[in-house]
Amino acid sequence: MSAAREEILARIRAATGVQAAPAEADAAYAALPRPYRRAHHDPSATDVVALFAERAADYRAVVTRLRADEVPAAIAAAVATVPSLLLPDGLPPEWLAGLPADAQLVRDDPPLSPAGLDRVGGVITGCAVAIAETGTVVLDHGAGQGRRALTLVPDFHLVVVRADQVAADIADALARLDPGRPHTLISGPSATSDIELIRVEGVHGPRNLHILIAD
Amino acid sequence: MPTYLGMPAFPQAAKSAVGNAQLRRNLTHATTVIRTKRAKAVAELDDWEQLRQTAKAIKDHTLANLGTYLVRLEENVTRAGGHVHWARDAAEANDIVTNLVRQAGADRAVKVKSMATQETGLNEALEAAGITAIETDLAELIVQLGHDRPSHILVPAIHRNRAEIGQLFRVAMADAPAGLTDDPPQLAAAARQHLRNEFLAATVGISGANFAVADTGSLLVVESEGNGRMCVTLPNTLISVVGVEKVLPSWRDLEVFLALLPRSSTAERMNPYTTIWSGVTPGDGPQDFHLVLLDNGRTDTLADATGRQALRCIRCSACLNVCPVYERAGGHAYGSPYPGPIGAILSPQLRGVGSAIDASLPFASSLCGACYEVCPVAINIPEVLVEQRSRSVENHRHFSERAVFAASGYVLRSPRRLALAQRAASLGRHVAGRGGRIRRLPPPLSAWTDTRDAPAPPPESFRAWWARTRGTGK
Repeated sequence: MSAAREEILARIRAATGVQAAPAEADAAYAALPRPYRRAHHDPSATDVVALFAERAADYRAVVTRLRADEVPAAIAAAVATVPSLLLPDGLPPEWLAGLPADAQLVRDDPPLSPAGLDRVGGVITGCAVAIAETGTVVLDHGAGQGRRALTLVPDFHLVVVRADQVAADIADALARLDPGRPHTLISGPSATSDIELIRVEGVHGPRNLHILIAD
Repeated sequence: MPTYLGMPAFPQAAKSAVGNAQLRRNLTHATTVIRTKRAKAVAELDDWEQLRQTAKAIKDHTLANLGTYLVRLEENVTRAGGHVHWARDAAEANDIVTNLVRQAGADRAVKVKSMATQETGLNEALEAAGITAIETDLAELIVQLGHDRPSHILVPAIHRNRAEIGQLFRVAMADAPAGLTDDPPQLAAAARQHLRNEFLAATVGISGANFAVADTGSLLVVESEGNGRMCVTLPNTLISVVGVEKVLPSWRDLEVFLALLPRSSTAERMNPYTTIWSGVTPGDGPQDFHLVLLDNGRTDTLADATGRQALRCIRCSACLNVCPVYERAGGHAYGSPYPGPIGAILSPQLRGVGSAIDASLPFASSLCGACYEVCPVAINIPEVLVEQRSRSVENHRHFSERAVFAASGYVLRSPRRLALAQRAASLGRHVAGRGGRIRRLPPPLSAWTDTRDAPAPPPESFRAWWARTRGTGK
């Protein structure tokens, strides 16, 4: 182990006094009071899916709530002007049933270079979970979502959220995730507050974010 | 951390900033906008205070067991395929990063805004080693193009308005679109186009992290523009420089901090993008990941029972936005990457009080307490300031101050001497200027009037007035 590591750990011991054994630290951690609310809306009294739709739209995502059987037509309509579409592995095939026969479809196999991804018009994915309170979509980059770069470089991202994937709040959403995976939390299209602290949409990430919520 | 060369003490630096009307207009506008929005975003959660107290308790617990959680973080990052390095100070961190960039065979690296690397002066160190660091955050780009210094933790170019930024882009950005106006969406689009090819070709990315989760080895970068996603996703090598105080015990703690941070910083329910990663994921993102854990004065701060709470800071910058001193003096006057109230307690603790600017920072506050009130981790900034002030006074009690207090003691002990002194003071009114203010006293009292006016003494003391109107002098 490096000298720097040993010295920093020694400085910490000197600064904090004798440190508790890891098991004691864990016990003290478990005993920390957590008086906050793990959800700010009660799913039995609030339509959390409607809340998610409203909050996601607040951040200029284009949000549509529809029945599952309406998804293929809605996808076809949303991507009508997108020149080419990237389809990650594991995307439910029925979602693509409405696309015209001459649609330009691209697969990430073999993996596209960043420049290759930049030439793609848009990408369609599912998600891992969504958060109603904050209007957030969470990708864990599993089946139907693609590796992280696929939903980053193209300028158009359409994501399908199943109603049962909508968690009321952050705590519930995090508990549904596998921390070992990479994650991307998306709340509206790319934006900046760097000019006069006013939110402006459209910097480096996808400038167009479409969310279809399928009941 | 760099003490900017030749940086004068806060009062001198603030005096020239306060004279800059444009700067004050820009700051007042931006901070007023964000204050109103933050209050609204916070009011949406009726358990804000409980979230805040929980965050404080989690951070305090973590700091008390810091060694345990850092070792656990190291184990889990290593298990997930990452490499962990430890840096005692800025120079050591910069050397580690420089060597890693060289090992990757690169002579450029894309960077997402990071306070830790601002603090270590990494860009300058890389430049000295022949490596170009490209800042990709819009505000950092504005600062870099203008050969300027950051003046705010979250929005480093807060001192510039849209007209100034538009002018800067038209002059200093070689590939700025023809006919670029001052319209913020157009300016954002120009930045997108300017940096696109850098991202697509990057082989090394450099970041900080907002949080590091010990029990899962996860790091988080919380951002808005997508430049952070670009930097931590597209290059094959990723180097993250993270202060040791950023560690959280458990994944579950994110439910608290992700509720507090966006609402406190950009006044959003959630920021547009957050990336979470643990080590290396085969086939997705960087395949060569390095975490550099940075001390650089943090363990010294940890040793201070009162000052330690500054290590709870999550760099939201809410305290800057509510501070009346910051709003008038601006960020540059603090002479540190960390300006505002948090900077006033953090910079002297991380750097020591060797320089004029650091010795003066504990006094750069009116102690109004607004910073403590908005702090999402309940750092009692006024308490730390007062403690640092008393220490500073103990260390450097000024000769004339001692003389003044000795003289006042002598005068106040005798009613006759007090009356004489008050009569003498009343005569001093004649040096007052317009508005009854004295702009300049002779040395050593000029130390007071250098940075503030002194009120002219009244024509008659209360004691003299009482004696004259109510008679007996009893």
